[in-house]
Amino acid sequence: MNGKKELHALTFEKSTSTLPSSRLSAVDDWHTGNARTALADSTTSRVSFTLDSSLDSVNKIEQTAELCAERAGFDEDTVPHIAMAVREAAVNAVLHGNSYDTNKHITASFETTADSLIIRVTDQGPGLDPDTLPDPLAPENILRGSGRGIFLIRAFMDEVHFRQLHPGTELTLIKYRTPAQPGT
Amino acid sequence: MSMKVQTRQVDGITILDLSGRITLGEGSVTIRDAVRDVLAKGSNKILLNLGNITYIDSSGIGELVSGFTTVRNSGGELKLLNLTKKVHDLLQITKLYTVFDVKDDEASAISSFSK
Repeated sequence: MNGKKELHALTFEKSTSTLPSSRLSAVDDWHTGNARTALADSTTSRVSFTLDSSLDSVNKIEQTAELCAERAGFDEDTVPHIAMAVREAAVNAVLHGNSYDTNKHITASFETTADSLIIRVTDQGPGLDPDTLPDPLAPENILRGSGRGIFLIRAFMDEVHFRQLHPGTELTLIKYRTPAQPGT
Repeated sequence: MSMKVQTRQVDGITILDLSGRITLGEGSVTIRDAVRDVLAKGSNKILLNLGNITYIDSSGIGELVSGFTTVRNSGGELKLLNLTKKVHDLLQITKLYTVFDVKDDEASAISSFSK
């Protein structure tokens, strides 16, 4: 298993989509034929997979996030924000959670519901207490060379939740498909 | 696309023309090495041209900050040139826009360095 992509418990339910089929195929290709495909309704879909603790996995998770955000109908400004937030979550899992340990994996799931895009990223690390993270905007931290990842996730997503898995951490990132209107 | 760096000298200022992505493990290491190389060669007035940077993540932002502090601690200056909207917005969100000296014109950027 060391250093080699392993995919576990993969599910991929396609929605009808206006995305070019070649791009959808690109997603399917990562899953090396293990995908179970079931057509859902026009607004929902779910994909999940497990990858090793590498930067290559981070890139793949980021690209999947971009595709899922496009398919969910987010605009051209929001899609890269979602992709960046998910990338930061994946970096956190690989770097700070699993410390690039080839014996540990990260999982990522992308679920599009009628209301929102929900992304979950988990690692098998020692756990993360978000309350202990320094504020990167504080004057004493502004010139630090790190510590902005979780801040950017919170800046770009509507909801961010942390769950301790013992061992590991699960980050849940939620972006609403239809933003709440002022006064409603 | 990984990051590429091209170096040139204009009026005693070292300009690093960067292109591609500045992300963890890719561009972040490249930019760190590039700044160190410039300092090792005795120049400490550096202009980072980010006009062709297509993407930057938190690690890339951190590397820009580290480069800024490294150069400043050596008595020099590091400035940014030609921010894309994405990079501009990220520096605004992270409150770093006012930390860096950001320029949008190369000639005026060159003349702004202390002589």
